[in-house]
Amino acid sequence: MADYVNIALKAVFSENLALAFFLGMCTFLAVSKNVKTALGLGAAVIAVMAITIPANNLIYQHLLKKGQLAWISSDLADMDLTFLGLIIYIGVIAAIVQILEMALDRYFPPLYTALGIFLPLITVNCAILGGSLFMVERDYNFTQSCVYGVFAGVGWALAIVALAGVREKLKYSDVPDGLKGLGITFITAGLMALAFMSFGGML
Amino acid sequence: MAKETTKEILLSPVFTNNPIALQVLGICSALAVTSKMDKALTMALAVTVVTGFSNLSVSLVRKFIPSSIRIIVQMTIIASLVIIVDQFLKAYAFNISKELSVFVGLIITNCIVMGRAEAYAMKHEPGMSFLDGIGNGLGYSLILLIVAFFRELFGFGTLFGITILPLYDAVKDSGWYTTNGLMVLPPSAFFIIGIIIWVLRTFRPDQVETEG
Repeated sequence: MADYVNIALKAVFSENLALAFFLGMCTFLAVSKNVKTALGLGAAVIAVMAITIPANNLIYQHLLKKGQLAWISSDLADMDLTFLGLIIYIGVIAAIVQILEMALDRYFPPLYTALGIFLPLITVNCAILGGSLFMVERDYNFTQSCVYGVFAGVGWALAIVALAGVREKLKYSDVPDGLKGLGITFITAGLMALAFMSFGGML
Repeated sequence: MAKETTKEILLSPVFTNNPIALQVLGICSALAVTSKMDKALTMALAVTVVTGFSNLSVSLVRKFIPSSIRIIVQMTIIASLVIIVDQFLKAYAFNISKELSVFVGLIITNCIVMGRAEAYAMKHEPGMSFLDGIGNGLGYSLILLIVAFFRELFGFGTLFGITILPLYDAVKDSGWYTTNGLMVLPPSAFFIIGIIIWVLRTFRPDQVETEG
């Protein structure tokens, strides 16, 4: 149990995907202009991560990992398909996002309209693919990957909502011309990353 | 677009229309791999190769891709190229590939590659698309190397692992430079890119955003 708590806390704070590994930066900077849209995107990322990371985990542990194809025939016993990983993970992510979109449209129309525009964007969000790749690199088992999926998403959502909060207030401050918009956002994100690093000491 | 010369296509993304500083694409990996010059250089080469060839391949098949599934076709092409680059790095530069860890794989979702395939290669001839890809790759490389230059120089006192600023050593009483720990940490990349944008926009006031 302590193991899972540890994975969860690490994923949210000290190894936050957005602020410690800079994943999903394009959307992180582009969609953080106000808190409401940031919340919507954050929720979509949590949902997609919570599904894709365990799904990719199953594929990795049972098909791609060395020796996992032995059940087909003994010739395949030392087949190592991990090099196919990248193309498969991105395929799985694209497919799941598509399915999720259709399912939400059919069963939860209000949620679909709320998340609408953000769902397709998520396929090309590096944080999602990055989450899957970190899961493979750290060789998580299925339960660990479920925990990691949910909390990595929560961490990313927390970061984008916090940044959006700061940017809303920034409107009222007097920023030098050249720094307006993007420049000051980078610096703000840098300061937030520094603040998040202090969580590192807890674990 | 026919009036654009080859040189313009190749060089405009490097200086006047830089993908990182002005179009804000592909910053994810730009920040994470810039703590050392050699890592940044490897990453820069990998991205340039992938952008160039993905633009070339997408442009070659652009007339056969139904528009409803073009994203997935582009993704497959890009992912295959990235796998080749990844395997190549593992074979010939294993240590650096270990250090870059997941970031080579993340070239797939690098917005520059997707963005150029979608915005340029789908509409232009293969030759021009290839140059556009290389140009954007070089623009990305330029920023990456600038950031890495400052981070490695001030963070470790070295460039490409060669000592430039001799470190202060109290025991041997040699050197004078004390490393700046902040530069080693990831947030410094944010500050450096923010400052680069500031400098660029001071010289090119037309780029300044009006609403914050």
